[in-house]
Amino acid sequence: MTIQFNDETFRDDYTFFNSPVAIARFPFPFDKDDYMYSVNMEPHETGPEGTPFDVRFDVDEHYVSEMRDRAITLDEDPLRCQSLPHMELAGWDLLELIMVSKAADYPDLFTLNRDGDRWHWINKPLGIEQRFTFGDPTTLPYGPMEYITRQAQGDFAVLDQREDNLWMDAGMVTSQADWSLDFDIGMNFFEWHAPVPKAHEMGVFQRALKFLMHVNQDTPARRLNWTMTVNPRLDTSPENYHKWGPEKRTITPENVGQKQYLRVELQTFWRLPRSNALAFPIRCYLINLEDLTSVPKWGRRLHRVLRDLPDELADYKGFAVNRPVIVEYLSKFDDGAPTSAGIYPDETDVALNKVPARV
Amino acid sequence: MIAQMLRVTEKEALTPLVTRFRFEHPDGAPLPLFSGGAHVVVEMPYGDMLRRNAYSLISAPDDGSGYEIAVRREDNGRGGSRFMHGNVATGDLMAVTSPFNLFSLDLRARKHVLIAGGIGITPFLSQLHQLSRMQVPFELHYAARSREEAAGLTFLPSLPHIHLHISNEGNRMDLGAILSGQPLGTHVYTCGPEGLIAAVEDAARRHGWPAAALHSEAFLSPPPGKPFKVTLARSGQTLTVGPHQSLLEALEAARIDIPWSCRGGACGQCETAVTSCKGRIEHNDHWLSDDDCAAQTKIMPCVSRFEGQELIIDR
Ligand code: HEM
Ligand code: FES
Repeated sequence: MTIQFNDETFRDDYTFFNSPVAIARFPFPFDKDDYMYSVNMEPHETGPEGTPFDVRFDVDEHYVSEMRDRAITLDEDPLRCQSLPHMELAGWDLLELIMVSKAADYPDLFTLNRDGDRWHWINKPLGIEQRFTFGDPTTLPYGPMEYITRQAQGDFAVLDQREDNLWMDAGMVTSQADWSLDFDIGMNFFEWHAPVPKAHEMGVFQRALKFLMHVNQDTPARRLNWTMTVNPRLDTSPENYHKWGPEKRTITPENVGQKQYLRVELQTFWRLPRSNALAFPIRCYLINLEDLTSVPKWGRRLHRVLRDLPDELADYKGFAVNRPVIVEYLSKFDDGAPTSAGIYPDETDVALNKVPARV
Repeated sequence: MIAQMLRVTEKEALTPLVTRFRFEHPDGAPLPLFSGGAHVVVEMPYGDMLRRNAYSLISAPDDGSGYEIAVRREDNGRGGSRFMHGNVATGDLMAVTSPFNLFSLDLRARKHVLIAGGIGITPFLSQLHQLSRMQVPFELHYAARSREEAAGLTFLPSLPHIHLHISNEGNRMDLGAILSGQPLGTHVYTCGPEGLIAAVEDAARRHGWPAAALHSEAFLSPPPGKPFKVTLARSGQTLTVGPHQSLLEALEAARIDIPWSCRGGACGQCETAVTSCKGRIEHNDHWLSDDDCAAQTKIMPCVSRFEGQELIIDR
């Protein structure tokens, strides 16, 4: 089955919506009823068919509209995309990884023909056709990283690996959970993670960095992270806090089910061959509480997780002010029944095998 | 680390001691590309055990048609290099891991100065391909005892910024001269015997180089030594590590899986906690800090050994 792309917005009138398929395949991040930071990386191997873990770079019904939203954000603020001069080779690596993966995983949507360094790329959903010379930036309308990440959902950080550390020396960041590329550019792994509570003392970052330094080409990895966002807004950046921060105050018991979103980041880690850099795509998925609680297991579990979450985490994630209303709303979906292990819905909730395969 | 079976398609003596091997995919499929300075680990079924040795790739990083390595025969070593020289023939299939890089170029550098001693030339051969392709300024200094022993000569184009220092021709390397007068933003890379690396570090310090501009890769292979016993805390099992075996190899022979990537004491992957140590750990790695070494609470099984009454590790 080919994907039906939504025509929707992530700002102003917020017409974003999830189809039943998108709800069923949502990457729910909690595998048990409580949550604390941990070194939660696993191999980025194929997951169940139809889920976002099924392919290397998931393309879903939001693709076309998300790329339109990115273009608006970049128009207003070009510094959302930066690449220090030594990262150009990594940009070509990333372009190759994404083009090769998309063309192989979605042959009906993307085509890549290569004749030595002469490449021919067709992106049907976005109506793009490009002939260019791999390695020659003058043959593309943007630098290689910007070119390909204007055609790939999610944010991208590209890390240089040196001096036993990772350095945020390039990125495309327009759908972030309140952090800024322009602020973090050039920082190392410990510097950009400095604002995170608790995890440093727990030794999470020491171990995570050691793991990342050893991610190899044939061993990509992934982890899930999450936060809460009011309205289906991709650009929750510090730069635009004045636009979305006040929206937090619009939550009421009546509208919380529709306006309050769980925001999940599917983060993956890729060693890039020519540059030895590490690519870190951060793919954002949004679902409002009303849709989420249509899966009974998720409703029960999210209630317990948010009710029992340590205050520091709710503060850091920026939803402490609305936590009582959210927890009260969710409590109606928690009958106290036990929940099964793992992130997927129960058979009786939504049969995952009803999620149509995409190719 | 995942290994795939590759075919040995070429074997060529470069010098009496150094032999070049080329590996290709048996079906002609392209191999993953890599970055200059990367290595692969080659598995050798050696007697009744599996030996795994890391070798720098010497072929061009952007050429996926094959991987090439140069192996120096170490007659006093543990046998891996003798196996490659004596037992491996073209047409053989061998398990080779995908490339991994612990000695990559710092791409911010305005200029790269590469200093090689002996077989330490190997990681620079792939880096030279990368540097030429990127068209950034570099110079290479290659020290060898004699022309006959200088395995890298075949691969080095004759260019004004490639310098040979052949000691039996009286042309020794003058580190002070090499390091002084380099433009700001130059990075220096050393690969070869420990003595050479120490000498470069020393000279660089005297010339006021920032530590972040110095990179080195010591060619470390697990040193042989006296046999010793080790007890595994989780199972209570006791193993004996043979004189030509590393602790890592002894663990693998006992089917204890532990992570590794360099097998040369540099990457930190195999780090293992020591729960009891009555005796002295011979720390042969470049990973643990001096404090960690002195405390004897951690060991790097790929290169380090033990002498004494009791060693219990958390495996
Ligand atoms: C190299 C890849 C990574 C990049 C570029 C990255 C980047 C970031 C950034 C920019 C933030 C926001 C910090 C702020 O408040 O300004 C963050 C948060 C965080 N990161 Fe990472 N990170 C990476 C890998 C990891 C890994 C492997 C872990 C594993 C545990 C991790 C754990 C966390 C946690 C727990 C938070 C707090 C998130 C929250 O509570 O919403 N990160 N990361
Ligand atoms: S495997 Fe790299 S330090 Fe032991």
